[in-house]
Amino acid sequence: MFRLPDNVLLVPARGKLKIFLGYAAGVGKTYQMLTEAQDLKMQGVDVVIGYFEPHGRADTIAQTAGLESIPRRVYEHRGSVFEDMDTAAVIARHPQVAVVDEFAHTNVPGSERPKRWQDVQAIQAAGIDVLTSLNIQHIESLNDQVWHVTGIRVRETVPDWVLQEADEVVMVDVTPRALLHRLERGVVYSPEKARQALENFFTESNLTALRELALRQTAHQLEERREELRLPEPVVPVDSGRPEGILIWITPHPSTAMLIRRGRRVADFLNSSCTAVAVARDAAMSELSPEDRAAVERHLNFCRNLRIEPEIIESREPAKAVSAWAREHGITQIFITRDSPEAHKLVHLARDMQVTIVAERVRHSGTGG
Amino acid sequence: MTSKEFSRPDPEELLRQIQAQEAHEAHGRLKMFLGYAPRVGKSLRMFDEGRRRKKRGQDVVVGMIQLKGADDVAELIGEFEVIPPLRVGEVETLNVEAVLRRAPHVCLIDEMAKDNPPGSRNPHRWQDVEEIRAHGVNVVGAINLQHISEQQDAVERITGRRSANSVPQSFVESADEVVIVDVPAEELTQHGGPGNLNPAQLSELRELALLLAAQVVEHQLQRYMDAHGIVQSWGTQERILVCITSRSSAREMLASGARSAGRFHAQLLAVYVRQRDLTREAEETIEENLAFARKLGAEVHVIEGEDPIETIIGFAREQRITQVFIGHTQQSAWKIWARSPVDRLIKEAEGMDVRIFPHASVQAA
Repeated sequence: MFRLPDNVLLVPARGKLKIFLGYAAGVGKTYQMLTEAQDLKMQGVDVVIGYFEPHGRADTIAQTAGLESIPRRVYEHRGSVFEDMDTAAVIARHPQVAVVDEFAHTNVPGSERPKRWQDVQAIQAAGIDVLTSLNIQHIESLNDQVWHVTGIRVRETVPDWVLQEADEVVMVDVTPRALLHRLERGVVYSPEKARQALENFFTESNLTALRELALRQTAHQLEERREELRLPEPVVPVDSGRPEGILIWITPHPSTAMLIRRGRRVADFLNSSCTAVAVARDAAMSELSPEDRAAVERHLNFCRNLRIEPEIIESREPAKAVSAWAREHGITQIFITRDSPEAHKLVHLARDMQVTIVAERVRHSGTGG
Repeated sequence: MTSKEFSRPDPEELLRQIQAQEAHEAHGRLKMFLGYAPRVGKSLRMFDEGRRRKKRGQDVVVGMIQLKGADDVAELIGEFEVIPPLRVGEVETLNVEAVLRRAPHVCLIDEMAKDNPPGSRNPHRWQDVEEIRAHGVNVVGAINLQHISEQQDAVERITGRRSANSVPQSFVESADEVVIVDVPAEELTQHGGPGNLNPAQLSELRELALLLAAQVVEHQLQRYMDAHGIVQSWGTQERILVCITSRSSAREMLASGARSAGRFHAQLLAVYVRQRDLTREAEETIEENLAFARKLGAEVHVIEGEDPIETIIGFAREQRITQVFIGHTQQSAWKIWARSPVDRLIKEAEGMDVRIFPHASVQAA
């Protein structure tokens, strides 16, 4: 049979992704990313700016000097004009490397793709390497922790698997003290915005906690990447038994979103499979109120976004159905919240596996926000 | 057997803390750039910091530089006033006396882990740094992971080499600010990185340095929260508590806890609430379980309390536990479960994940 020689590529090799991870605005992610772009250009690499958010920061803007920029695309939406990255133009220009700021950005409604990270994937698929910037609070599985630490519920998030597929994650580190000085000197925001930021998000304890999260996340990312290359060494010399399988019980209750994030994160850390089920009398979930049905649908969709394939089990006895399903599918650990109906019953029925009752993290007063 | 009382800090303890804080404030501040390997760019970052401070009008001098093979550093140094080093034979050391006489606002000191030649004022350069700080001079310095003594076993495991000079980790933890200088391992090797280390080894060193920095930051956060009276049960570091009894499947729970702790870089604790009237057999099982916990690196606590569940919850709060592991008891009818210890723990352990493990006999079935 005729075979193509190995060096003939029909599809361009996927471009590499490098993420500059920071713990807050103003730590210097974009600056470092542009510095790298300048270095690449000096080495003769064809690099362009696909998207750049200047935020009026003089030092950062100066770093773009001499770099080619792809003009933004102008959108009209409900009578307002928005600007966004022109992904198609970036791909058409086809540089070796594209700089794309603010990885977690949500595109204007009516854009080709809802999220900028999806645009980045399209650029990578065309064989272009991408440098991008991201703050720790935008990582989906850390959403609850970030809220707990800062009191701020971050809406724009990036699923963890997108990060796991990145080729490099670099931590851009400055100390909170240095960052607060920058803020006070007006380097990061305009004076009015800086004052608000200092009162709310940019407290020393918030920044310190976010920084720790970012350091740990970067370390975790490294470990994961190494494990893709070779088998993990056992952490402790004990037989860990059968492979772990995690099951998340989906209900209409609002705490389910937190439960899904937590289950996904633990599964990622333990290298185990992750599945989710909801229980209803029939596939249409007709016994639920329209609001509850919508909530369950939302949670099922959220699962899919995080690459968890959810299933609806038809049964009139939820706890029994969940434990039976778990047994049948070799589940080792079921994740529920205290609010799961029949939580107590499940704990009893699933006595042959582990059940984790995930806490709803209560924020204590005095930590801002 | 370890036994640890837990209590709120008493007023005298608080006073000591305040005094320590004040002594700390009279001290010059220490800012440290931490690299995971030679040539990641620590010294460059250090001089850049010095340059920016100078631009803002601060009185900055260079106390010690390491010029070996770094052209870009040589270029940067021209901007600074350099305190001439003390020459002892072939070796140049930090001239503490000259720095103190000059009394700058900020002093840049490279390679803080270097040992001083015999007969010097202090055996180690990090002690020179302490002395300078004690006189109110701020220090900005650079250090490599392989020079932190508590990290040296791990570094040697990765690289097969051990550095002769070292600083105690407490010196790093005493810094007011620690900044990690992070560069992908691949980039380092591309630019002709540190000899003989491959990207996989560098990546492991890099992870070690990130986790060390996280640990330092965690301590800072804790100090900050204690000082400001902020109670936070849900820290950024996972802390796992395994509850040990004679009946539960403690070994499996501990093994699982150790595995989770390894994966999450979490702290692992094991607690046993001393029970009276146990059979000798049960006592022995508990001793074995506690020994196993220690072997796995768990911090073991044996505590006293009238009500085991209440005692465990109180202890877990004190210790800022994020996950509690507990075993099922043998009772099987869920109607009476509402009164079982597990039920009470779930109800009362607000703010913590509770992971319930099968009873050993059920597991085996």
